[in-house]
Amino acid sequence: MADIYQRSRGAVAEQPSRTDAEMIVFKNVSLAFDDTVVLRDVSFTLRKGHTKIILGASGAGKSISLKLILGLLKPDGGEVWVNGQRVDRMSELEMMKVRSDLGMVFQEGALFDSLTVGENVGYKLYEESEMPLDEVRARVEEVLGFVGLSQFIDRKPSELSGGQRRRVAIARAMTVKPGILLYDEPTTGLDPITADTIDEQIVKLRDLEEVTSILVTHQLRDAFFVATHEAKRKGEDVEFVLAAKEKLEEAEFMMLKDGRIIFEGTADELRASTDPYIQAFLS
Amino acid sequence: MFTLIDEWLKSALAEVQEYVSLSWAAIKGAFSRPFYFHDVVEQLDSIGWGSLTVVLLTGIFTGAVLALQSGLTLDQFGARPVVGRLVSASMIKELGPVLTALMLAGRVGSGIAAEIGSMVVTDQINALRALGTDPIRKLVVPRVIAGVVMAPILTVISDFMGIIGGSIIAIFQLQVTSGQYWKSITDGLYVQDAWMGIIKPFFLGFVIVSIGCHVGLRTKGGTQGVGRATTNAVVAASVCVLAVDFFLTRLLITLLY
Repeated sequence: MADIYQRSRGAVAEQPSRTDAEMIVFKNVSLAFDDTVVLRDVSFTLRKGHTKIILGASGAGKSISLKLILGLLKPDGGEVWVNGQRVDRMSELEMMKVRSDLGMVFQEGALFDSLTVGENVGYKLYEESEMPLDEVRARVEEVLGFVGLSQFIDRKPSELSGGQRRRVAIARAMTVKPGILLYDEPTTGLDPITADTIDEQIVKLRDLEEVTSILVTHQLRDAFFVATHEAKRKGEDVEFVLAAKEKLEEAEFMMLKDGRIIFEGTADELRASTDPYIQAFLS
Repeated sequence: MFTLIDEWLKSALAEVQEYVSLSWAAIKGAFSRPFYFHDVVEQLDSIGWGSLTVVLLTGIFTGAVLALQSGLTLDQFGARPVVGRLVSASMIKELGPVLTALMLAGRVGSGIAAEIGSMVVTDQINALRALGTDPIRKLVVPRVIAGVVMAPILTVISDFMGIIGGSIIAIFQLQVTSGQYWKSITDGLYVQDAWMGIIKPFFLGFVIVSIGCHVGLRTKGGTQGVGRATTNAVVAASVCVLAVDFFLTRLLITLLY
């Protein structure tokens, strides 16, 4: 398969190419809605090419963290840095530039009902770029091929199954080749087989296209698959094998409880934790 | 008790503040880039062409019933031949703009609130922002432009259909000749009446569409919230149409007559 993800982005090209570059940084971030505290003093760092898997019960503040990264919400306190730029004080207009290197897969996909699959996937290129239409179409076909949905290009989202919609959402997020992909519960509500295909897309994008990613989920099965597997090319095909030691260390788990981080570490460290809440969560 | 009133006042003021802020952003968006031209064309078609049938029917039946009712009253003064003057003045100055606006509030205002509200509760608005699109420029500006452009056009069509509806009743039921009917219209119609009838719909169109967008963008609470937003948009837009019509009429009478 050709490298469909060759970088041509100005924003990322300016960033240091070191593998330890800090792509996302939270420093003492707090957020409350009226009397409900959603995040309390949350700090973490995500390095280039790494995956952060955020676990936690519903309402723990997982999805809110992604919205803070995208600038869809502003924190009450603390700092949020994306690609070396502080985003928590940026205006909506300034955020547009930062978002050019961010892709987001929303819960349920959030596809535009009135557009076809192809128009959804190529939305940003059709609407927000000067790229010629035939090139956009070619890019859309390429990305849909990557998620295995080329034949659905002219269908409406309502004609797709839940799993297909999530894959289209992943395709839409990766069309403009972002360096960072944020997944908000991408497998929730899907059957295990369909969830596997989504997990494989996430692993493929991380390992073959070097995308830095944050996966928010409360599906342990999917979280551990992404953390413990890696994608490798084998001729024209891609195979998923157990991750090597250094790859395992690039997938960091983080567990939130009532807006606080109660755990950060690798898959093995998470399994070995003696914290009663984590034990209950894992069981 | 005072706390309740205080909270209600604060929330009402916040609502007004957000509405004014959205309206201002929409006005600014109409005169700056990026400008989504094909969305404007789509909305012109949806609001204009899509509302044509309801506006035609409203106009013709309003004109007809106006002729029927005024015919009875005018008979008492032996003034049946001037029925055209009464129908045209009522339609052009008041009923055409207001009834067209109310029909648009029901059809367009509710549709906009439901569509944008659904996009809010399914995260499509957030997806737009994440993809680098300003939802106000993409969704609100095209609808506001289409509303402001199409409301006067639809009002003129409604006025014309009302006069035609009145003529049918005047000629076939009140036995007024066609010549008398049309002469009474041209004799009794002043250019100020036409101005009043054409200026009002610009404002009413803006009010209907901007309220639909505002209510839609503030939708909360899933599909139930979408239903609530739709109802609120129609109620708020209808009341505002009548209130704005009153203040505009007062202002235009001072300025034009």
